[in-house]
Amino acid sequence: MNIIVCIKQVPNTTDVKIDPATNTLVRDGVESVINPFDAYAIEEAVRLKEKVGGKVTAVTMGPPQAEKALRDAIALGCDEGVLVSDRKFAGSDTWATSYTLSAAIEKIGDYGVIVCGKQASDGDTAQVGPGISAHLDIPQVTYVRKIREINEKTAVVERMTEEGFDVVETPLPCLFTVVKEINTPRMPSIKGMMRAKSAKISKWTAADIDADPAALGLDGSPTRVVKIFTPEPRKGGEMISGSAGDVAKELAELLKGEVV
Amino acid sequence: MASIKVHLEKCTGCTLCVKACPFGAIHMSEKKAVIDMALCTLCGSCVAACRFSAIEMEKAGGAKKDLSAYKDVWVFCEQKKGVVQSISYELLGEGRKLADKLGVKLAAVLLGEGLDAVAESLGERGADKVYYVGHPSLKAYQDEPYSEVLSRLVEEYKPEVLLCGATTIGRSLISRVAIKADAGLTADCTALDIDAKERLLLQTRPAFGGNIMATITAPNHRPQMATVRHKVMREAPVEKGRKTEVIKKDYPAEAYASRTKLLEMVEELGATVNLSEADIIVAGGRGMGGKEGFALLEDLAKVLGGAVGASRSAVDADWISYAHQVGQTGKTVVPKIYFACGISGQIQHLIGMQSSKIIVAVNKDPEAPIFKVATYGIVGDVNEVVPAITREFKRVLNK
Repeated sequence: MNIIVCIKQVPNTTDVKIDPATNTLVRDGVESVINPFDAYAIEEAVRLKEKVGGKVTAVTMGPPQAEKALRDAIALGCDEGVLVSDRKFAGSDTWATSYTLSAAIEKIGDYGVIVCGKQASDGDTAQVGPGISAHLDIPQVTYVRKIREINEKTAVVERMTEEGFDVVETPLPCLFTVVKEINTPRMPSIKGMMRAKSAKISKWTAADIDADPAALGLDGSPTRVVKIFTPEPRKGGEMISGSAGDVAKELAELLKGEVV
Repeated sequence: MASIKVHLEKCTGCTLCVKACPFGAIHMSEKKAVIDMALCTLCGSCVAACRFSAIEMEKAGGAKKDLSAYKDVWVFCEQKKGVVQSISYELLGEGRKLADKLGVKLAAVLLGEGLDAVAESLGERGADKVYYVGHPSLKAYQDEPYSEVLSRLVEEYKPEVLLCGATTIGRSLISRVAIKADAGLTADCTALDIDAKERLLLQTRPAFGGNIMATITAPNHRPQMATVRHKVMREAPVEKGRKTEVIKKDYPAEAYASRTKLLEMVEELGATVNLSEADIIVAGGRGMGGKEGFALLEDLAKVLGGAVGASRSAVDADWISYAHQVGQTGKTVVPKIYFACGISGQIQHLIGMQSSKIIVAVNKDPEAPIFKVATYGIVGDVNEVVPAITREFKRVLNK
């Protein structure tokens, strides 16, 4: 079975700092990493391959430097990488991003499963995964926490809900977005890292994926950012000190109006 | 294709755009802004920041759509086992304000089976109209029939605004509908407003883990769609006996078709773990020391009627299940009170809880970063302080 995993390169949030003078993000020296949720998607895709055979293709849309994310994915067990990159994609919102990725996936063709992380850590929208399946008109199961059974034709999975989980059967091809609970990602292997260095990454432009130019980038994006501002950073409040009994009393007094 | 340019004659060299750019793509050269196109993503932050209209973003022209046929504010009302979820009442509360500002009606959309009385009751929460579609395949949420039926309703009745909860169901459903409807969709809004002149929905949401807020519009597409997080908006009050007009719709069989099959729904957690719904969350981290430590948190949560949360390290140590995890790879929560016990306050955790109304931190390390965001900070041993707080609230609340 051919498995596709969609990944995104994001700024490493542990490095993100706010410049106290200008109240803006300091991006200098911030490392770019694979979106943490996508690590689970990569691992699950590789496990599926190990179970049913086939190959895993990692796909990303981004600037040329996103190639590194694809090489990292290959080090983790993916077989091939596709970088979809073109100035024409700049300004893409989730509509245009999911359209672009779906066009790239159609070019790859012949896939059984598409795996995505549940959301990206920089945008947090969780909209691109379902957007891709809507563009491709294939079934989707979001927030998958376990793939119970899978063969060439169907899969039975557990979908995390607020109360517990749903058990869903789906025909393939299908798109899954996965949550952290689904697995524990492995570390890159030496062999994988060697392969990642020499692996060929396919680089596709807008023309290569045969996309409608009007549906790409800013032109294809219904939404516009009209204002960006930094919220007042949350400030520390008061410290309560004393014996455990005293602080508990004081706290109960302070929270009186909030607890019923 | 779209492009961006600086009108040099208007640029005053004030550097507001340099500060506004989230991608470090603008620098000053001879006191004029220069955009590095290799880094620019056309996000539009600088255009919004410039006070001199010196930066212009151009879109390839397309025929402007006729948007005048679109009216009313819609709220997708999420139901589970026939019970409308509280997030939907919050959206009806907010939707009422938006509809009044636009001078249009507020409509609720309800999909399910045998819910005529529930549809009728939504009038008491401010809905002027209720679009109700009843069918066995809509009884519980399934992606395909839900998105197909909602898309058909949108196409037929043309709402100007469509709101949906940023829940597991809401996020999965509405992303598909936005593609089918060719509409703009903004996730996880924390504030909504109306530009009455342009009839635009102003959608404000956090980005980069809440370090930046962005206001977003969809000027040329309808409906304007947004999801909203739990507990951000105030619930619509109940107006007993308020009537509404229920519009019952039915569609041909293919609208209800689903390729996926819902085999079973398992409730393993009970209401107490639904973190996104909880008003009070008692959360623990590595400092709780083990499962015994979490038993202390459960005691406090029980007394306060709250839910138990956890940091990633506590989940990774297997002291508590992933469903309880708050933070970047877990859930984002906005309770009234968040107790952070033995949680140091790594950025990945703060991202998930820093919008809580009140944060109480208990930690033995006075330098722990959690104290920088805590409304009330207590330096002490969680094994002493937490039981003391539990005892005190038991006494105060007569439990």
